[in-house]
This record gives sequence, structure tokens and C-alpha cells, in this order.
Amino acid sequence: MWGKLSWSVIPFDQPIIMVASGTVAVVIVAILAWTVAKGHMPYIWREWLTSVDHKRIGVMYVLLAMVMLLRGFADALMMRAQQAVAFHSDGYLPPEHYNQIFTAHGTMMIFFVAMPFVIGLMNFVVPLQLGARDVAFPTLNSVGFWLTATGALLVNISLFIGEFARTGWLPYPPLSELAYSPGVGVDYYLWALQISGIGTLVSGINLVTTVLKVRAPGMTYLRMPMFCWTTLASNLLIVAAFPILTATFAMLLLDRYLGFHFFTNDGGGNVMMFMNLIWAWGHPEVYILVLPAFGIFSEVVSTFSRKPLFGYRSMVAATMAICLLSFMVWLHHFFTMGAGADVNAIFGIASMIIAVPTGVKVFNWLFTMYGGRVVFSTPILWSLGFMVTFVIGGMTGVLLAVPPADFVLHNSLFLVAHFHNVIIGGVLFGAFAGYEYWFPKAFGFRLHEGLGRAAFWFWIVGFYVAFMPLYVLGLMGMTRRMQHYDVPAWRPWLLIAAVGAVLIFIGILLQVVQLVVSVRRREALRDVTGDPWNGRSLEWSTASPPPLFNFAVLPNVEGEEAYWGVKRRALEQARLSEEPAYQEIEMPRNSPTGFVCAFFATWMGFALIWHIWWLVIAAFVGAYATFVVFAWRDHHEERIPAETVARLDRANREARGAALAARLEGA
Amino acid sequence: MKPRAVAFAAALCLLLAGCEPGILDPRGSIGAADRTILIDSLAIMLVIVVPTIIATFAFAWWYRAGNTRARYLPEWAFSARIELVVWSIPCMVILLLGGVAWIGSHQLDPARPLPSKTPALDVQVVSLDWKWLFIYPKQGVASVNHLVVPAGTPLHFSLTSASVMNAFFIPQLGSMIYTMNGMATQLNLDAQAPGTYRGLSSHYSGEGFSDMHFAVEAVPQAQFDAWAATAARQGPALDGAAYAALARQSIAVAPATYRAVAPDLFAQIVRLQVPPAPGPAAANGGATQAPIENPAPGK
Repeated sequence: MWGKLSWSVIPFDQPIIMVASGTVAVVIVAILAWTVAKGHMPYIWREWLTSVDHKRIGVMYVLLAMVMLLRGFADALMMRAQQAVAFHSDGYLPPEHYNQIFTAHGTMMIFFVAMPFVIGLMNFVVPLQLGARDVAFPTLNSVGFWLTATGALLVNISLFIGEFARTGWLPYPPLSELAYSPGVGVDYYLWALQISGIGTLVSGINLVTTVLKVRAPGMTYLRMPMFCWTTLASNLLIVAAFPILTATFAMLLLDRYLGFHFFTNDGGGNVMMFMNLIWAWGHPEVYILVLPAFGIFSEVVSTFSRKPLFGYRSMVAATMAICLLSFMVWLHHFFTMGAGADVNAIFGIASMIIAVPTGVKVFNWLFTMYGGRVVFSTPILWSLGFMVTFVIGGMTGVLLAVPPADFVLHNSLFLVAHFHNVIIGGVLFGAFAGYEYWFPKAFGFRLHEGLGRAAFWFWIVGFYVAFMPLYVLGLMGMTRRMQHYDVPAWRPWLLIAAVGAVLIFIGILLQVVQLVVSVRRREALRDVTGDPWNGRSLEWSTASPPPLFNFAVLPNVEGEEAYWGVKRRALEQARLSEEPAYQEIEMPRNSPTGFVCAFFATWMGFALIWHIWWLVIAAFVGAYATFVVFAWRDHHEERIPAETVARLDRANREARGAALAARLEGA
Repeated sequence: MKPRAVAFAAALCLLLAGCEPGILDPRGSIGAADRTILIDSLAIMLVIVVPTIIATFAFAWWYRAGNTRARYLPEWAFSARIELVVWSIPCMVILLLGGVAWIGSHQLDPARPLPSKTPALDVQVVSLDWKWLFIYPKQGVASVNHLVVPAGTPLHFSLTSASVMNAFFIPQLGSMIYTMNGMATQLNLDAQAPGTYRGLSSHYSGEGFSDMHFAVEAVPQAQFDAWAATAARQGPALDGAAYAALARQSIAVAPATYRAVAPDLFAQIVRLQVPPAPGPAAANGGATQAPIENPAPGK
């Protein structure tokens, strides 16, 4: 009846796990109880859980990423603490726990922090920048988000019920095969990522279609803001790469569930096939994450330098070059598996070539600042921190692309330092810059500036203190994923790295405090114009938060930097443009499809992990029925009357008019 | 480049808390060549990276909003000359570095025999859960978690795995290589001077992974011959049954030697004529069965 499930799978004898999951359970129950008691539940259901508005979905993606960041970072702290104490001793985490923790840390941070953060920002910003009312497929967008949340939920359930994988964040067979990992850990990993992978693919298809098909009149490709270009490139990569991941995991699942032999030692399995497939997804994945971050930096550096982006067309070319090249370098992840000199050299050189367009981007950001008036608010601090940090990470990356250097650095802490250097210094700093930059657009008030700066400084100093020692340790020959060690010279560096992790922890706490303080002081931080940074692209031309329909009248784009042109004209003519003729707007209706479907997907994933076959069937039928109900609905849209549109837009025009008058008076 | 590279390495070494044996302090010709390429490539890149970082600070500082002496160019967003420069600088660096990578990959291909008049010593390496088996086919002996080699003689390793993947790595001797079941990889190294070096697995392989390190003793040829002769006289023989026992999961196994090895054992493992080593005893849901701690090998 209950498959492999029994009371013995709950780790009652593990105090750390029981306290951790107990605390999480109490917090969740408390939040739910508070929401219900305060009567917020109907609002949350109506306006958020069932929303198909790209802005709401974007916000929920970012929220998911931030919550998962806390979880993933707790893992990081535990790992640093373990390595700080595990000199000539077993530390406080036995191997079976330590191995789950580093696996969960990597899986969480890539799939449930970095991915939802950048997807959330793209979701929120791109339709606004394109001058569109919504994404191409709003309900599908909601489904994509909720399936991602399902994956995150399953990974977190594994903490309490059963175990998580102990294979490392990419489950290399044969270790991940049934013979060497008989527990449910790998199954949790695989089903969580299969389900969230479908969510990601769906969201990729949606965003590609949005950029290609849903643009305001006059928004030609070469007038799109840089962030839209990097979004296009990143989502093209999702569409091309995620099916590979799904297929690879499907093969591993067939091995584990039905006795196939794709990657097993015996029966003609071929492990190298897994290596090639997983990295054919894995390398593009790096660019799926970092390209949107490049787009964010382009927006931020230009806005806060009070100048257009330098070499826009060159940036577009560089972005698309990276998009293409990222598919041609996967073998550099296993130079040390004996591929032979020609193959290694060709993939090494191909990897280096990616550094060319990336280098061009860095130089173009530099020249965007040249001749500018750089205003040092928090988003540009993250951008400058990125430029310095990413250049170092890029350099160590190219170093690892030289095969003979990789022969001695592969899998060492040098490698660990390198990819944290580019993923924290590139992706996460970019996500934080975007969070600070677009937060006032999403909520109508800014984040507290002083706390934001403090968080930035703790983060960046903490980053260098935590990861520079790992480069040194890598050069000393320390390999990754060590649960304990007995080399005295490694110890001091691991202690320094632990201090760095604590500094980053303070940075994260400050970010939480910043959010709380900003919400409490929102009236003082309020922005009524919708354009708090003197922005250049269309998202700043509408109110903050934008109305459901984004734009009262679809903008007519007449050049690059669409909103900058509008503002310049307003300054020249000393007045806003004519009030448009408002018309009724049709918007897609909210739908619980995504939420309900994810509800069933969660049960289905859980049942598959624990071999509860009747529940698998029941949940599958439920999910399918949800789609049928959705497909049969005949009322797709709701109408927003012209009077409502006019009322909302007039309020915003009034604020903008006042701001313009103030500016003219000042000038 | 050479003397400068050495000076640079020395400076880096000083930074590394009194020259802890690592890849910057190689004791073999491959390790030395790996290090040279590493440092040369780093130097080439620093030429462009350091100015870029300085320029970032300089531009951000000089063009700060409060600086009235800085020229404000609100419309300036394109310059063909600058574009040409920013595309060509990285291209030229990569051209140079690509050459280094191409030549380095070929000269330091792990499968390429070392040029030497002395014939290479063959060692067959099998990674087991979680220990290393070294078979000396010519000497007819084997050892566990202890690698004894003659200094100054080229070493030719053939490597495979009995179960999951591992990577064989002696940082001070240079290049690592993976061990994979059903496949044999090749690695050529040498130890130029006698000494004891640290060897380890550099690919995570499960619970006992952190204890998968071994001492590498490079000794003069005569001493190596004596060691092999002693090993051939004592300890158990590594026959089918002994190998099956050794292949079971165990952690932190004490070094030991075998006086004889079943003929062709390595080839049989590679060809899967000896079945892959078993994993943990299958258990329901949660934890897997604890492996045996420190068993006597060969029993």
C-alpha cells in the first residue's frame, strides 16, 4: 500500500535534522495560521497563487529563489564548519550526511536559487521592456512556476522523509545507479529535477515566444533593450538544452526503475554517454544563468552612468556568439578522462574562444562608464563588484580550459573557487543588482539604500575571504568533497574560508533586514512617478507597481532607448505627450491550473520516489484532468473598462507631470 | 619565460604558507611541465586582466557624478576604433593561449610515453570501494594503498575501476587521470627524486572517499627491487577469492602487499570477466548498510 515508505525512514535519531525540519514545519504552520486568521487567504489565492500576470509570477519566482537561498546557504555554512573542524577527526557530520549536504547545496543553488532568480527577473521585466501586456502564454507561465516550486518542495521533503542523493550535484553513474546508491536519495533528486525541468522548459518556450512575437509596435529587434537580447539568448539555450537533461535523467530513471542498462557497469552500459549528455546540458546551463545577469549589468551600468550602453550592436553580437559557442565546449568538464590530445586541445581552444565575446562585454561596460556621470547607488555597486570579481573568475576559468593545467587542477578546490567566483560574482551579483534595480518597479517603493550598501560590502568581502583560500588549497592539491583530512597545512586556509562564510551570512541577514525595514518605511521610500532611477527603457514609462495591463496604451517605439526618447521630447516641449484615447483592455483570466497541476505533480513525484504505484496513477489522472478542464473552459479573458484604465493612467500622468515641472524649474 | 616563471612560482609559493607540497612544488618532469604551462598561461592573462581591473576602478572613480572636471558625453555610445581594439585584444590573447593549449595538450598527453632510455615500469591501478590496488605485472606482486616506485624511472600506469569512478592523482608528480569500470586509461609520470609523496582520489566516489589517499614512495632502483623481492615472499596471494573479498566496500584500509597476483587480473577486470564490485547491501528507503571498517586485506 505505501511502497517503500515506513516510519523507519524518518530520521528520529538525528537531532540536527529533526530540529531543522521541526523549525521549518513550525514556521510554515505559523505563517499559514497567521494568513488564515488575518483573512488574507482569499486575497492570496485570488491575486497570487492563481495569478497568470507575468509580474506576479516573476515576484513569486524571486521569492522562491530567496527562500531557497537561505536553505542552500545553511548547507554551505554546515560544510564550511565541517571542514574547519574535521582535521584528524570526523567532525560533526558523518560522511553519509556530509555527502547529502554538498549534493543538496549544489542542487539547490543551481536549480532552485540561481534559475528561479533569473527566470523571475526575466518574467517580470521583459514584457514591460518590450511594451507588451503579458507574456505569450500566461497560464503556461503559471504552470512553469508551480512545477519549479514542486521540485523545490520535493528536495526539501527529502530532508525529513528518507534521504537526499549522496552523489554530488550531478549524479555521475555508476555511483548513482541502483547498485551503488540503493536508497531513495537519487530518486528524490531525479524526480524533483524532472518535474522542475519541465517547468523550466515551459518557461523557456514562453519567453522565447514572447521576445519573438509579443513586442510593441516599432520595437524592432535592434531597438530592444540589452536585457531582452540576453533573455532571448538564455531562453533559446533553455529550449535547446533542457530536453537533453530530461532525456538523460529519463535514461538514468529507466536504469534505476526498470532495470535498463544505459549507464550501468554491466549489460553494455556506457558511462561516457552520461558524461557527454549531462555536460551537453551542463555547459549551456552556465550561460543560461549568466547571460541574463549580463543583461542586467548592461541596463544598470547604462542607467547609472547616465549614458546609453556603449557598443550596443557589438553587445548583441557578443551575446549571440556566446549563445552559439556555449554548445561547443562541453568536453572541457572531463579533460582528465583520457580523451586524447587532439580532442582535448580542440575543446580547450573552443572554451577559450568564449572568453573573446565575454571580454568584449566587460570592455563595453567599461566604456559605458567612460564619459558618464556614475551615480553609486546599490545596483551599480553590485555591478562594479561583478566586473572586478568576474574578470578574476573568467581568468581562472580560461586557465582550467588549458588541458595540462586542468590535469592538475580538475576537481580540486581551485575548481570550486572558480565556479563560485563566476556564479556568485556573475549570476548572484547580477540577480541582486536586478533585485535592487527593479524592486521599486514591482512594489512602488525603493529598498533601503544604507542597508543595501552594507549588505553589498559584507557579501563582497565575505566572498573574497571565503573563496580566495580555496584557490590556494587547490594549488596545494586539496580535492573537493572531503569529509575529513589530515594535512596540517590545509587547516588555516579552511578556517579563513569559514570566516568568509560567516561574513556572507551577515550580508544575507542584512538583506533580510533591508527588506523588512523597507517594507515598514515604505511611505518614506515611495516613488510615485514610476521612474525612480531616471531610466531609459519602457518599464519605467508606466506606474509602479504597473497596472495589470502594464500600459494604458501600447507604446509606439521610435528608436533605441524608447522611454529616453519620450522623456527628451517632453523636456524639449516642456510638457507630457497628449493624453491618449483610452480603450477597453482584454486581459487573460486568472487560473488555478498551474497550482492544481503542481499539487498533483508533487504527489506524483513523491509516489514515484516511494514506489506507491496507485498514488502515481491517481495523481497523474488528477494532473491530466486539470489540463482537460482548462482546455474546455470557454471564458478566457476579462475586460478592463476604459474608465478604469483612464483613472489609473491619469493618476500616474499627474505624478509624472509634477516631476517634469520640478525638473524644468530646476534646470 | 623560464627564469621569470620560476621567480613567479617562488613568489606564489611564499604566499602558500611555506611551500606546502602541492602542484606548485613538483617532483616529476610531468608535474614541472604542468606547472610551467599553468604559470605561463596565468601570466599571459594577467597582462590583460590587471589593467582591466584597474580601469574599472579608475573609470568608475573619475566619472563619478560629483566630479565636475570629468567630461560628460551623454550621447557617446559608439567608436569603431575602440570596438576594433576591444575585439582584437581578447582575440590575440586567445590566439597565444590557444597555441599554448594545443602544444601542451600534445606534449603532456597522459597516454604519451616519457622520452627516456630506461624502460618504463608498468603499474596497473585498480580503484576499489574505497582503496587503491596497485599491481606490478613484471614483479608479480601487488599492494594496497601503498605505491612504491623507483625514482628516475619512467612510470607507466594503466588504470581502471572495479566499481564507481575515481581519479588517480599524485599532486607533486603531475597530471591526474580517471579510473572507470570497463575501461582502461593510461598515464605516464615519473618521480625525479626519492621521497614520499601524497596520492589521493580526486573524484568523489562515496562514503569512504575521504580516506582514499595513499603514500607514494619513490626510492632508488636497488631499494625498489629489494622491496619487490620482499613482497614476493610474504603475505597472501591475490587470487579470485582474495580479490572478491578485497572488492567489497571498506574504509581506511591499512597498506598491505600480496606475494602473487592471478595472471591477467587487470585485463579481466577491464574486460568485465571479473564482475563489477558490489555496492552496499540493498536496504529499504533510507540509510545503506555500514561498510566494514578496516578489514584485513586478502582475508
